[in-house]
Amino acid sequence: MNATPTFPPRTPRPLGTTQRQDRWWLEPLLNFIGFTTFVGYSLWVTFSPTGPHGLNYEWPHRPGPGWTYLSPFYSPLFGPTWWHFSPAILVLWMPLGFRATCYYYRKMYYRTYFADPPACAVSDTKFWQRKPRSYQGETAFPWILQNAHRWFLYFAIYVLAVLWIDAFQSIFFRAPAGQPGLHFGLGSAVLLVNAALLSAYTFGCHALRHLVGGSVDCWSCSRIGRARHKVWQVVSRFNEHHMLWAWVSMICVGLSDLYIRLLAMNDVPLTRFPWL
Amino acid sequence: MAEVRFKVWRGDAGSGNFVDYDVPVTEGWVVLDAIHWIQANLQNDLAVRWNCKAGKCGSCSAEINGKPRLMCMSRIEDFVIDGTIMVQPMATFPPVKDLVTDVSWNYTVNQRIPPLAPRPPEADGTWRMQQYDVDRVQEFRQCIECFLCQDVCHVLRDHQTWAFGGPRFMVRTASLEMHPLDTENRLSLLKDAREGLGLGYCNITKCCTEVCPEGIHITDNAIIPLKERVVGEYFDPLATGLKNLLGWKREPRT
Repeated sequence: MNATPTFPPRTPRPLGTTQRQDRWWLEPLLNFIGFTTFVGYSLWVTFSPTGPHGLNYEWPHRPGPGWTYLSPFYSPLFGPTWWHFSPAILVLWMPLGFRATCYYYRKMYYRTYFADPPACAVSDTKFWQRKPRSYQGETAFPWILQNAHRWFLYFAIYVLAVLWIDAFQSIFFRAPAGQPGLHFGLGSAVLLVNAALLSAYTFGCHALRHLVGGSVDCWSCSRIGRARHKVWQVVSRFNEHHMLWAWVSMICVGLSDLYIRLLAMNDVPLTRFPWL
Repeated sequence: MAEVRFKVWRGDAGSGNFVDYDVPVTEGWVVLDAIHWIQANLQNDLAVRWNCKAGKCGSCSAEINGKPRLMCMSRIEDFVIDGTIMVQPMATFPPVKDLVTDVSWNYTVNQRIPPLAPRPPEADGTWRMQQYDVDRVQEFRQCIECFLCQDVCHVLRDHQTWAFGGPRFMVRTASLEMHPLDTENRLSLLKDAREGLGLGYCNITKCCTEVCPEGIHITDNAIIPLKERVVGEYFDPLATGLKNLLGWKREPRT
């Protein structure tokens, strides 16, 4: 059945046309400042792996005492001999793809960077359309690729597991004498908080929510339905604040790298908690 | 409370403009009270659609200071800016007269959605469901069909892409598709961007959720789960392969 309405098309309105009288532009502006700052910092981090004192992304420089702080931008650390560029490039496509296809970030960047629409009930741009009323949304290339979010989720879970291992390897390590060693510094706390915040973001993912139980129509009449419903409820709880987790985890990734980078550049002293 | 100037859109499908009315409002009034006062005292021919005045019938949808709202649920003191409030009909649908719009297109979309197809009843001729199975779809049953979500959706409002069913009908489809008794598969209808509901046109900007007077999480609980179901059916060969390998078609219904 064709759903074309019988009423005539309205004349397209220019970008930003609205009767709204509140500060609707404030949210996209703040998003633009915050996200662009992070993207800029990420690019700088990615393409500046070394500094005057050696590698910028880990501290202490290897071989060290056993424990290591590794920047989350460079984890998991790959270093094949044939690769002559920043090792971050081999890793960052995973979290980048996960965040780029994330349902929250889609909302944010469609509004902020594509003005499609810039805010609710504010006229959007027609710049992206090849001809009038040719909007295709996520039904065609390139935005149909957003459907790969689930695939990036699998890689993001792998990266998250490695970040937890990194955090624990900054605390527990095998000392040179073969004895178990223990170290707990500010960097360990930072890496633990970073992994925890990324977990809250990853385990509130809409695609994960679907996979763990959202795809089931009748939990009570499906295999392990009760357990899947419980897990779905937990993921839903995280999902309710997906935007919050997205922002705080992203900021924490940046701050974690910054702290380790400053240590590696001898710009801040090592803070070690004395009771450990 | 002082006098408030209401700028009310007056006109029909051909043309229209804002007309000023000064209304002596009383504390606690909502915008619909002021419209009724204008109707009773100044302009008897001012057209407005309303019914329950309690936020449950979904009739008095309009745009107040540019925001899609129910007039009966919008207290005047929350909207007055420099002693003025603007009231206009929903922008997405053509005006019939003044604040009344023609929303009949929505009913043609509704007709495209296959209704509930329940599994066969149990031996005693009845169906049984667990509460935790229906909690999820009960949220969708709160919809009052005010069509504010349809009004604010930029796919309909700005792009005028009528191949998209709109948020209201994603909610209705989700309420059927996630129903524990239902056996119908509407995923091809959802995916079809020409003759179906065109789910892919939605780019998740969440305005529908922001304006819903019933607080339904339209995007997170209806549209995105439906998108994920379409992904599972059409864009995830790993899931499809696993389902085929393990013989998981759909969960058993009996």
